[in-house]
Amino acid sequence: MYPEGISEEQQKYLKRIKSQKRFILVMRILLVISFFALWETATRLKWMDPFIFSSPVRMVSTIARLIEEGSIFLHIWTTLWETVVGFLLGTLIGILIAIVLWVSMTISKIIEPYLVVANALPKIALGPVFIVWLGAGPASIITVAVSISLIVTVLEVYTGFQEADPEKIRLVKSFGASNKQVLTKVILPSSFPVMMSALKVNVGLSWVGVIVGEFLVSKAGLGYLIVYGGQVFQLDLVMTSVLILSVLAALMYFGVQLLGKRIGKKY
Amino acid sequence: MIPAVKIEGISKCYHTPDGEICALKDISFEVRKGEFIGIVGPSGCGKSTLLSLIAGLLQPSEGKIFIFGEPLKGVNPKIGYMLQSDSLFEWRSIFRNTLLGLEIQNQLSSRNIQAVEQLLTKYGLSAFRDHRPSQLSGGMRQRVALIRTLAVNPDILLLDEAFSALDYQTRLAVNDDIYNIIKKEGKTAIMVTHDIAEAISMSERLYVISKRPGSIKLAMDIHFDIEQRTPLKSRETPGFQRYFNQVWKELDIHVS
Ligand SMILES: Nc1ncnc2c1ncn2[C@@H]1O[C@H](COP(=O)(O)OP(=O)(O)OP(=O)(O)O)[C@@H](O)[C@H]1O
Ligand SMILES: [Mg+2]
Repeated sequence: MYPEGISEEQQKYLKRIKSQKRFILVMRILLVISFFALWETATRLKWMDPFIFSSPVRMVSTIARLIEEGSIFLHIWTTLWETVVGFLLGTLIGILIAIVLWVSMTISKIIEPYLVVANALPKIALGPVFIVWLGAGPASIITVAVSISLIVTVLEVYTGFQEADPEKIRLVKSFGASNKQVLTKVILPSSFPVMMSALKVNVGLSWVGVIVGEFLVSKAGLGYLIVYGGQVFQLDLVMTSVLILSVLAALMYFGVQLLGKRIGKKY
Repeated sequence: MIPAVKIEGISKCYHTPDGEICALKDISFEVRKGEFIGIVGPSGCGKSTLLSLIAGLLQPSEGKIFIFGEPLKGVNPKIGYMLQSDSLFEWRSIFRNTLLGLEIQNQLSSRNIQAVEQLLTKYGLSAFRDHRPSQLSGGMRQRVALIRTLAVNPDILLLDEAFSALDYQTRLAVNDDIYNIIKKEGKTAIMVTHDIAEAISMSERLYVISKRPGSIKLAMDIHFDIEQRTPLKSRETPGFQRYFNQVWKELDIHVS
């Protein structure tokens, strides 16, 4: 089973790692199964009111009904693209602004206190303003999402840029590197881990932004379904939407993680 | 003949909010093409500062520098600077680390790449070309940094404690090797070191710098009566110890 030349001790070690991994996986699956089983039992035995708490079986039948109606795909699609666009804009504009700040020390010094204030401000408070400016539509929702992730991205990425090793910058300069080469050869690759972690945080923030945006204004989307379900007291609909939402958010998170590993390997 | 490097009355002060630190004061010397110059001095006397000035990374507060007769303006591709720290990039393989300079100067021709591969083989690093810097020992990393400097084929080499991370044997071997490369290809070298013996064994002229603000305390021509001088042979010459004692006295090192 193991290639030759691996000592017995190493084999034991590898086996131990493997069995530990398997144990963790099994426990994870058990945990989620028992969570839903307990939920179902509790509502069946009327420990909890299924009308308020919904139940896994009711959620499954809700999903089936929504699929049959076909409208769910529209809602998923609406929320998904708003989130992806919000995520990409927030991240890209954030990194661009961080680059501008890195290029001009003066600009960064001047706007630093304002960035800190903007970071402390709960951006959701600006939601109604965006709606007045941009109308009750996806533009406002995406803007809410961008406003939430943008400033954090700028601050984090810029801090990462500043932590680049000055000796490495001196080194490339001794080869005659231009400012642009300093950026592409040293600053960007050395802050790659920082950018990746900013990206992961932004996945979560974009979902928050879009859902809140949809709470405020929307005619479609999972956020809309949740608000609607709450208003008409259809908790099945609310819970189902939340479930779909968590699956989507997890998928996007792992997608970003995978992308990061791919790019990381290339470097 | 036009000197490879001519330094005229250089002073350098650093300005910080806490005050002014003058690292160098009124330094002048000339280096002829093909010469090997050693620089020793106490820690913090401005040796690295001097090399950074010649490399064009810093502007002198006073004085002028000429490279092959031309006033120095910024970084000059004729000059290869091997910094005190190896500064290898962890996100690049060893091979791609050695290509960094060529990449920046847009010189990635197949001939240049081949030359780099030959250097890797010569320094026993070809098996590690796809490794990451963190997988190498300090001595190996320093050899990688050396290859990275040599790859761009500079006429003038500035070496800042270039061999400090090597173990003694490797250090002697690399000393000989670098010395031969530099001599064979008619390159000019200015080497900063803490190791008096290394400085004497390699240099044709040695400058001892005083404590901060550094100025030239002693300029000493070093000559050994041997054919085909190499650092290793120089160390075995009777005159070696005399030079050593002289420099030692001049450095005036106190441990208290
Ligand atoms: N960027 C800087 N800003 C302010 N002071 C500096 C700066 N760089 C160096 N110095 C000061 O200038 C002096 C000379 O520094 P330098 O690095 O040239 O010394 P050195 O002779 O190379 O020392 P070592 O042998 O320890 O490498 C030191 O006292 C240092 O504190
Ligand atoms: Mg130094």
